[in-house]
Amino acid sequence: MRTIWIITQRELQTFFDSLIAYILLVAFLGFSGFFTWLYGSDVFFVGQASLQSFFSIAYWTLFFFIPALTMRMLAEEKRAGTIELLLTKAVTDRQLVIGKFLACLLLIVIALLFTLPYYFTINSLGEVDHGAIWCGYLGLILMSAVYISIGVFTSSTTNNQIVAFLGALFIGLFFHIIFDVLASSFTGTMGEVFSTLSLSTHYESLTRGVIDTKDLIYFFSLIVLGIVLSEVSLSKRNLV
Amino acid sequence: MDIQIESLSKWYGPQKAVDDISFSVKTGEILGFLGPNGAGKTTTMKMITNYIAIGEGDIIVGGTSVKTDPEFIKSHIGYLPENNPLYLDMPVIDYLEFCALLQGVSKAQLGERIREMVRKCGLDAEKHKKIGELSKGYRQRVGLAQAMIHDPEILILDEPTTGLDPNQIVEIRKLIREIGQAKTVILSTHILPEVEATCDRILIINQGKIVADGTASTLRKQAQGQEIVKAKIEDTSANEALEALKKLPSVEQATYFNSHQDQFEIQGKPDASPARDIFKLCVEKGWILTELTPIETKLEDIFRDLTVN
Repeated sequence: MRTIWIITQRELQTFFDSLIAYILLVAFLGFSGFFTWLYGSDVFFVGQASLQSFFSIAYWTLFFFIPALTMRMLAEEKRAGTIELLLTKAVTDRQLVIGKFLACLLLIVIALLFTLPYYFTINSLGEVDHGAIWCGYLGLILMSAVYISIGVFTSSTTNNQIVAFLGALFIGLFFHIIFDVLASSFTGTMGEVFSTLSLSTHYESLTRGVIDTKDLIYFFSLIVLGIVLSEVSLSKRNLV
Repeated sequence: MDIQIESLSKWYGPQKAVDDISFSVKTGEILGFLGPNGAGKTTTMKMITNYIAIGEGDIIVGGTSVKTDPEFIKSHIGYLPENNPLYLDMPVIDYLEFCALLQGVSKAQLGERIREMVRKCGLDAEKHKKIGELSKGYRQRVGLAQAMIHDPEILILDEPTTGLDPNQIVEIRKLIREIGQAKTVILSTHILPEVEATCDRILIINQGKIVADGTASTLRKQAQGQEIVKAKIEDTSANEALEALKKLPSVEQATYFNSHQDQFEIQGKPDASPARDIFKLCVEKGWILTELTPIETKLEDIFRDLTVN
């Protein structure tokens, strides 16, 4: 646990030492703030004190920002050879992967913390369903965790950051929208299967304020799957 | 801590990178690992440091097999990988701290260990710079410092002196010798005089197999078999001296040395030393012997003999 935390700390340090963290924060807050408060079907048209529009914007902005965050995690270490340095210290493959995963997740949580003023603003505008908002945040964090674990996985398969980025977007796109589209064009069991696979189904039920074990199991199994696959892909160095 | 390697093999696809090698290194010994490119040095080192899994055989470090407890072994090894990968965007001090923490150095000792490494590796002037801003030699020192930061029992260095200037090389060699007195050190290098200067024992590996194992002097004896001396004899004619030398009982062959008329290269018979006979011959004939030096086979020649196929 201590080892994981040391790795996480270093990664976070790197985020804030370089421009990555600041660009992410500014871009994420800028986009989501603009579309939530200023443009389109923003909160003022909904007619009720709810952050629903923010959650649907953040659903998309995070989807694009996360692969950009995760793409360098392992790909860069592999390219520079520093992964050899890390893994020959008292660090296991799993600790490394989880450490990187946590660093990204923490950065996203920090970004989300900066959107808490939205909540306070809405709260002062009218009667707010507090449960739904906290569930919405939980949903965003779980969704981010899924995409981070996918991103860390694609980053572990290559030493090219662009490939890692596009790979993560490509895989993420299935969960983000393609399964949803397929679910609506199929009926019966197939439709059921696709709708269960689709991340948006589970995300929406969370943002409505319902915490269902089914949804939690869905999110956690994808997260664990991504981490395990990253580990497997790192251990492939033994086979070459 | 001792390292024991038992019939270790490793395949890369169909290619056998390491082929059934066995050796052991004891505490207080500095082992020089030599071999041409692609001989399997780095692969062996990566297996000892648990970066890649072993193929067949076993590596036992301090009584623990890599198969049973790799984490224990990793925490007792300091490793400087080939090409010295570093986080270029980290300041030297932060980087050393990160490495120390990962290797389990306690918070209480952290500051002291870092100060000691900075001092030992001569990084004082550069310690607040980012690693990316350092020259190659300084980066190499940072690499050495991170390998030794947790005061490991075993030090594995893949080409530790590349990129250093001659003064630094001398310093680093001194440092390695100092460390080697109480620790187990394995270092690989292409620089042959370096092996002689730093290592107690030399292991030459070629195409995944060990082709020589011993101290520099035993390797020389093995390679040479016969003693060769260079003699300079004055106050005589060249031909007369050469003929007389050839007739000596302990001499197998005598030739002019680099076609100088008064210098001779004399090769002794196996297990016989021609030097005494040459001296006696000169005394007998009243010649003046002005030079008599044994010619040592250079390590380069031994290396070439063993590794050129």
